[in-house]
Amino acid sequence: MKNLENKRGTLITAAIIVAVFLFVGIAEKIAPPSWNMLFMVLKKGSIYALIAVSMNLLNGFTGLFSLGQAGFMLLGAYTYGIFTIPAADRASVYQYFDGGVVQFALPVPVALILAGLVAAAFAFLIGLPVLRLKSDYLAIATLGFAEIIRAVFQWNVLGPITNGSNLLRKFPVFQSTISYFVVVGICVAVILLLINSSYGRAFKSIREDEIAAEAMGINLARHKMLAFCISSFFAGIGGALLAMYQTSVQASIFKSAMTYEILLIVVIGGIGSISGSVMASFLYIACSEWWLRFLDQETILTAAGRGRFIAVMAVIFVILLALMVFRLVRPKAKSRVRYGVGAGICGAILIWLIVFAATGQTRVPLLRNGFRMVVFSVIIMIIVLFFSRGIMGTSELPDLFRKRVKPEKEEVAS
Amino acid sequence: MSVVLPYLLSGISVGGQYALIAIGYTMVYGILRLINFAHGDVFMVAGVMMVYLSASLPLYVSMPLMLILTVIIGFAIERAAYKPLRSAPRMSIMISAIGVSYLLQNLAAYITGGLAQQYPTVPGISASVNIGPATTKVVTLVTPFLVIALVFALVMLINHTKIGMAMRAVSKDYDTAQLMGIRINAVISATFVIGSFLAAVGSVLYFTNYTAVTYTSGAMPGLKAFVAAVFGGIGSIPGAVIGAFIIGISENIVKGLEAMLGMAGINLNIGLATFSDAVTFALLIIILVVKPTGLFGEKATEKV
Amino acid sequence: MKSYKRVLALMLAMAMMVCVFAACGSDAASAPAASSAEAAASGDAAAAPAAAGDKVVKIGVYEPASGDNGAGGKQETLGMQYANQETPTVEIGGETYSVQLEIVDNQSSTDKGPSAAQQLVSAGVSVVLGSYGSGVSIAASDVFKNGGVPAIGVTCTNPQVTEGNDHYFRICFLDPFQGTVLANYASAELGAKKAYCLSKLGDDYSAGLCNYFKEAFTGLGGEVVEESFPEGNSDFTSYITNAKSQGCEVFFAPVSTEAAANIIEQASAQGLGMPMLAGDTWDSNVITGAAQGKDVEIIVTTFYQEGGNAAFDEGFKAYLNSDSTAMTNNGGNDMVAAVSAMGYDAYYVALEALKAAGSTDAAAVQAALPGVTYTGVSGAIAFNETGDAIRDTAYVKKANTETGAWDFVAEQKVG
Repeated sequence: MKNLENKRGTLITAAIIVAVFLFVGIAEKIAPPSWNMLFMVLKKGSIYALIAVSMNLLNGFTGLFSLGQAGFMLLGAYTYGIFTIPAADRASVYQYFDGGVVQFALPVPVALILAGLVAAAFAFLIGLPVLRLKSDYLAIATLGFAEIIRAVFQWNVLGPITNGSNLLRKFPVFQSTISYFVVVGICVAVILLLINSSYGRAFKSIREDEIAAEAMGINLARHKMLAFCISSFFAGIGGALLAMYQTSVQASIFKSAMTYEILLIVVIGGIGSISGSVMASFLYIACSEWWLRFLDQETILTAAGRGRFIAVMAVIFVILLALMVFRLVRPKAKSRVRYGVGAGICGAILIWLIVFAATGQTRVPLLRNGFRMVVFSVIIMIIVLFFSRGIMGTSELPDLFRKRVKPEKEEVAS
Repeated sequence: MSVVLPYLLSGISVGGQYALIAIGYTMVYGILRLINFAHGDVFMVAGVMMVYLSASLPLYVSMPLMLILTVIIGFAIERAAYKPLRSAPRMSIMISAIGVSYLLQNLAAYITGGLAQQYPTVPGISASVNIGPATTKVVTLVTPFLVIALVFALVMLINHTKIGMAMRAVSKDYDTAQLMGIRINAVISATFVIGSFLAAVGSVLYFTNYTAVTYTSGAMPGLKAFVAAVFGGIGSIPGAVIGAFIIGISENIVKGLEAMLGMAGINLNIGLATFSDAVTFALLIIILVVKPTGLFGEKATEKV
Repeated sequence: MKSYKRVLALMLAMAMMVCVFAACGSDAASAPAASSAEAAASGDAAAAPAAAGDKVVKIGVYEPASGDNGAGGKQETLGMQYANQETPTVEIGGETYSVQLEIVDNQSSTDKGPSAAQQLVSAGVSVVLGSYGSGVSIAASDVFKNGGVPAIGVTCTNPQVTEGNDHYFRICFLDPFQGTVLANYASAELGAKKAYCLSKLGDDYSAGLCNYFKEAFTGLGGEVVEESFPEGNSDFTSYITNAKSQGCEVFFAPVSTEAAANIIEQASAQGLGMPMLAGDTWDSNVITGAAQGKDVEIIVTTFYQEGGNAAFDEGFKAYLNSDSTAMTNNGGNDMVAAVSAMGYDAYYVALEALKAAGSTDAAAVQAALPGVTYTGVSGAIAFNETGDAIRDTAYVKKANTETGAWDFVAEQKVG
């Protein structure tokens, strides 16, 4: 493996990881409460990182296009919830089902592993028939499976176990961010080890060419099943952590939209890059739940703020316009139409900005509830269309710190 | 029979509406090998546009305008989001489709404010009518006939026109078709135009029956229509239509199963209706495992 | 090293976003108090310059503005915004504070809720109002608890919201009460012997209410058929057929308004032929809009009856008519939703708590809340030992299919 030979990169990466863990561990103890938002995002970001990595193992490394991640998370979340609610609290949680049938509570680590195992067991069962399917068919079959699981868990007849449509809650949760980091760190480390083992190489060979892999003596069915079960195992643990994060579980959130969200994270990070998935998770969660929230508020500007707003917007879009025009007039310019459209949009926004400045409006137009998600999905589309290799492509963090040999000449496939 | 009739009627009606969406899926898949996840949302957008257009324009203006706009949107989506990725791996283009679906939904949520919009009444098909013991809307009865007429026209188009021949050629062999001088982009655009048009027609029928239009109302019908397309054998238009009717009928039978059993003297009361969606997906998995190419699918020529 | 560039580009983009963010955030905060309701709520950036003006106390609004409960959440928020416009200041410990509403959208989703709640806690709110929908309230409960901020549930009717929590209070009645009222009404007033209960799969509100209804209704000697529909379902024709074919006499469907609009439409088209009954969610202009001109009979129980307080109704309508955004959020007309009245009352309960605490400190507010009493437009509010409002009255009203308004039917009490 290249990145193992490359000691410098590995060392720097290890140092960064240790530094992040230390920072989180210490900052959490001493930081003022105003930092709590950061920790909230870090918690959810780390959970999504684990799930994204588990999905990447399947989609990116083994080349199996599965869309069942939300279903496996649901299994993990429910397993954790069902088996850890203290017996004393069961009567109030299972209020419509006389306290439910499970009347004991497992310790947290055991329940976490059980969550993974249950998800993996279901993955095994569903994998037997569906893993024979090819790409898109596999995707749609696993998506369908996730929907079936959701319906089953909400079924009233199973209420004494799953609490039907009602929430599970009052189970023990991790309070500190570092606990999430440690669990996720261990899981991701295990996945990394796996990917760098002979199994990992077998997975990658399946992705590259199934027939060739089989010819080399790799048992396709067994390896595909293994990747599917391992991915589901970690998705299950991720689901359990997500249950902790929101202190309650309800089957209705594990929709296909959640799987799509994770798939987008994997794409943003780079299909086939573990560190890319991890970074993209934090960025994604921070953007969608924190940094972009201001777009949802109607904003009325003061005179000073108005000037600043216009100045910042003008600078951004003049730069963007310049970039587009530069690309457009290059002698060997590719995809002129695209940059032309981009330049047009930037120009239009600038013209609007001039009008905005001239007429003396104080309410920022467009900003109101829902605008955040529109901007967010536009950003995602831009990444998908223009940076289809994501943040990291298929390289890992250590590769970034490798000594530069020669700048590669090849243009990114657009 | 009189017990089952109302469920059959609902099933046929909703099946017909799925069929119109499913054709779009199956044609695009036949040609591009792409699950166009945004197709269900194009259907929803058609509904939302109709709500806004009919608020200020008379129906005979707003309806054609809506159809034209939906076609333009479908065309634009293909040009902006799929065409640049033509040579990219198949997963990228599928992800692009998911991204477009996400964008359309969020845009609709933003414009409607996330509130359910009441679909306008379409004269003629919104009225109620009695058939034996069942009462239903006229649209329920009109749907299957309209679907059959549209499918007939479509099949004629595909079998007897030049563009239809080009479509068949592209779906048989993409690369060779290109080498034979077929303007592949025009063919693909035509596919999207037809698909979006049918989705727009489907939205009129669907929302006349189920009048609350929300930004998520395209997701489930879209998914089910896709399942129908796979069920019937993806790439096959008659297959998609038959698959859609089967899905529509079976989901309504599941909804009514307990009531029907109840009348037969078997009282279950376990909430079987819970599985009306799940049964669709169960059917899908079963057919995929038993006959991966669907009911009417051609033998798969999976390209490596 | 293409990836280097890409990371750099991404960082640059982020930096740009943050710039815009900072620009909008900081100037919005220095906006005058009058517009504070709409002002950007963006954490620290907003907090710092605000201190320069007069004293500000922040009240958090934790409501859905999108997702399944977006419509109801918006109407509830409107009540608070109107109250804030009406009374933008409060006397705390002898000083006048201007009240600033910090509004976040919890997207009706338990996985998006906690971070939204944390946003409020980080913004330094003294008390939180919300949410519409019990699930999101429960998901955020621990965030508020850990942040030391008390919360006042406005229309979350699930008993589990306040149970075992010292920091969660509630001003509305509970599901067991509402379920009983509805069952009594169905049995006594409508004379029904067999009821059809339709709930949404995975929705704790409708499942819970159906459960309490069933309990009470079977207690009165009735029979219940229970069914549920999956999320995203618009086709209710088969459920309506089921209700008809099994000889039910009342159709109980306490589901969200968008499903309700479809149910009403299809019930009318299919000639349901029995009264439809629902809880507080149906008290919305979406329902009356859908029912207008249709052949249906719709009866709901609710917290507040339009016309119950003329001054509030008039003021609120004037507010809606003066602000086009508010009008849109209310669904396009100026009908007063019960949840708006509840939001309005919640705001004043929060002000009472602040006054009683004599400080903007969240812990002091929490300590003061159990003793707060207030007579609002929806009736008298006082808390019992679990933090729930002591309420014994629900209003029953019926949709007028000709005028598209609600007709008052009765006041129901349960001993």
